[in-house]
Amino acid sequence: MPIEIPTLNVIALAPQIVVVVTALVVMALDISLTDKRVVGYVSLLGLAAAAVVTFALLGGPAQAIQQMAVSDGYALVLNLVFIVTAALAILVALGYLDERELQHGEYYALLLFSTAGMMLMAAATDLIVVFMGLEIMSVALYILAAFNHRQVGSGEAGMKYFILGAFASAFFLYGVALLYGATGSTNLHAIGEWFSPDRGNLGDPLALVGLGLLLIGFAFKVAAVPFQWWTPDVYHGAPTSVTAFMSVGAKAAGFAALVRILMVSFDQAFTLDWQLVLAVLAVLTMTVGNIAALAQKDVKRMLAYSSVAHAGYILVGVVPATMTGVKGVLFYLMAYAFMNIGAFAVIAVLEHRDAIGTALSDYAGLSTRKPFLALAMAVFMFSLTGIPPFVGFWGKLYVFRAAVEANMSWLAVVGVINSAISAFYYLSVVVQMYMRTPTDETAAAPALRLSGPVVVTLALALVATVVLGLWPTPLVNLTALGIFG
Amino acid sequence: MEQTLFLLIAAISVIAALGVVFNRNVVHSALSLLVNFCALAVLYFMLNAQFLGIAQILVYAGAIVVLFLFVVMLLGAELGEKVTSWLTVQNGVMAVLAVILLTVIGTAVFESVIQGARGDFTPEAVQQYGQVQLVASALFTDYVLPFQLVAVLLSVGVIGVIWLAQRHQQSSARREFHD
Repeated sequence: MPIEIPTLNVIALAPQIVVVVTALVVMALDISLTDKRVVGYVSLLGLAAAAVVTFALLGGPAQAIQQMAVSDGYALVLNLVFIVTAALAILVALGYLDERELQHGEYYALLLFSTAGMMLMAAATDLIVVFMGLEIMSVALYILAAFNHRQVGSGEAGMKYFILGAFASAFFLYGVALLYGATGSTNLHAIGEWFSPDRGNLGDPLALVGLGLLLIGFAFKVAAVPFQWWTPDVYHGAPTSVTAFMSVGAKAAGFAALVRILMVSFDQAFTLDWQLVLAVLAVLTMTVGNIAALAQKDVKRMLAYSSVAHAGYILVGVVPATMTGVKGVLFYLMAYAFMNIGAFAVIAVLEHRDAIGTALSDYAGLSTRKPFLALAMAVFMFSLTGIPPFVGFWGKLYVFRAAVEANMSWLAVVGVINSAISAFYYLSVVVQMYMRTPTDETAAAPALRLSGPVVVTLALALVATVVLGLWPTPLVNLTALGIFG
Repeated sequence: MEQTLFLLIAAISVIAALGVVFNRNVVHSALSLLVNFCALAVLYFMLNAQFLGIAQILVYAGAIVVLFLFVVMLLGAELGEKVTSWLTVQNGVMAVLAVILLTVIGTAVFESVIQGARGDFTPEAVQQYGQVQLVASALFTDYVLPFQLVAVLLSVGVIGVIWLAQRHQQSSARREFHD
């Protein structure tokens, strides 16, 4: 039987390939270098190269590789989100790992592999490739969560994330299998065609159950209620540099694939039968996340619950399934990358080696001890609340506007009420830093050291949060390129 | 005839799967898993997917179950944790939820027409070229991207396993040193 070897349009996946190759180079360098920080800087170079390639492809025609993946505007804009996330997370790690004697090349290689997986999820146009991207990202994250071998909590975080993540992957696969049975394809465009109104398959129960199972898989990855139980334990136990990375990256990747699947494949089938379910999920996610965050006494745990709430806000932009919503989601994800990683970078500085120093009371009087650190944290907290003129405000505005435009104003109203609730716990951090005097314990704590890479992270995140808040046009223009090819 | 055989094999695989979960002895669980894998292989054979069936037996029933048994042996966890009773409120709630989910999915399956893909694996093609060639041509043409991605995924797994296992030894060595 003659096999015609197809011509592969590898250009379509050039950014992903650059990141994977960088990961392999990092592994090779890790053997020969004794100073592992160099490995981190090489990873940053690789990410910069991937960003250059992404920009070169951006604005050009959408290129597909064998109907399996595509480099359209949507995938490329998300590539930039993942690259920013990974770069900031590497900068945090350069300082954080040094102090804990965890500076190893494997860390950076796994982080890059995970980033490549995320980028694949954004580019995938076939459910099999979505699954492969999901697994590459997740397996690397499981190991990163358990990376700190000196802490039981880290191992526990990795184990919990692994078991529950594998469970969610099984749900996802079951959904893919049912969709394949119903539609006869795993290709997103083929499924979309199968659902086209003239084929009369809109209410097909098997395909709809399949979509439901897919939604469960994604809801787990983005930490939406009621699949959020793992979030506080995993985010709290994992090394802070890893938490910063996965709280943004895994969420963005989950939303990336989910939005493409909903827009390309389901469209009407989704709005007919599943939209209300997802809307209810969004309301629950926002509310449960915020109310649980109110009760936290630990800042790292509080931010874990806040990330659940943010998944809810982003879901508000996903539910309408319109292009306005997609742009809002892209804007929100980019904004969230800056402000959330910035906040985790501050936590990483305050955290001592033995994972103490993340309690709310440890932030008392920080403004007198480290004014710059306190100022940065205050800006991130304001931005996460959604107070203008910071970038978080615009993110919320755009996703809520999408809901209003789609005649789902009630969803936006719930979102605004939730933002008000969230102000309580975000601002309590600011109150601690500026209006409380340090307790005897915090005063006796070892002096806080700001390493160079962490200062760079904080500066970058701070500048982006403020400048993009005052002048969001460049980011708006960028998200406008995020169209499906 | 075929349906009777299917029902028989399906029943065996479900019973074996339950055995994996409910056996108190981990070794017995692993052996139940072996039965389950073999039953699945028979199902593949019945679907004319001989290559998949053989691969299932070689890889899963052969390699994976042996690995499981090795791990159980090395960890010395033959007896596992003692479960006092399965009849807890939590398990009851979960069983009810699972039954609801299965009912919904089952209803959907029975209410719909399973179309599946009309691929190249027609009996005529299988007779002419053989299964291996057909699988290979699918892997190297339409599915070459996922095929390559599996390689990336496996290297991630290898790096992770080496990291977790190796560091564990080091840290325990360090602990002994400090003691």
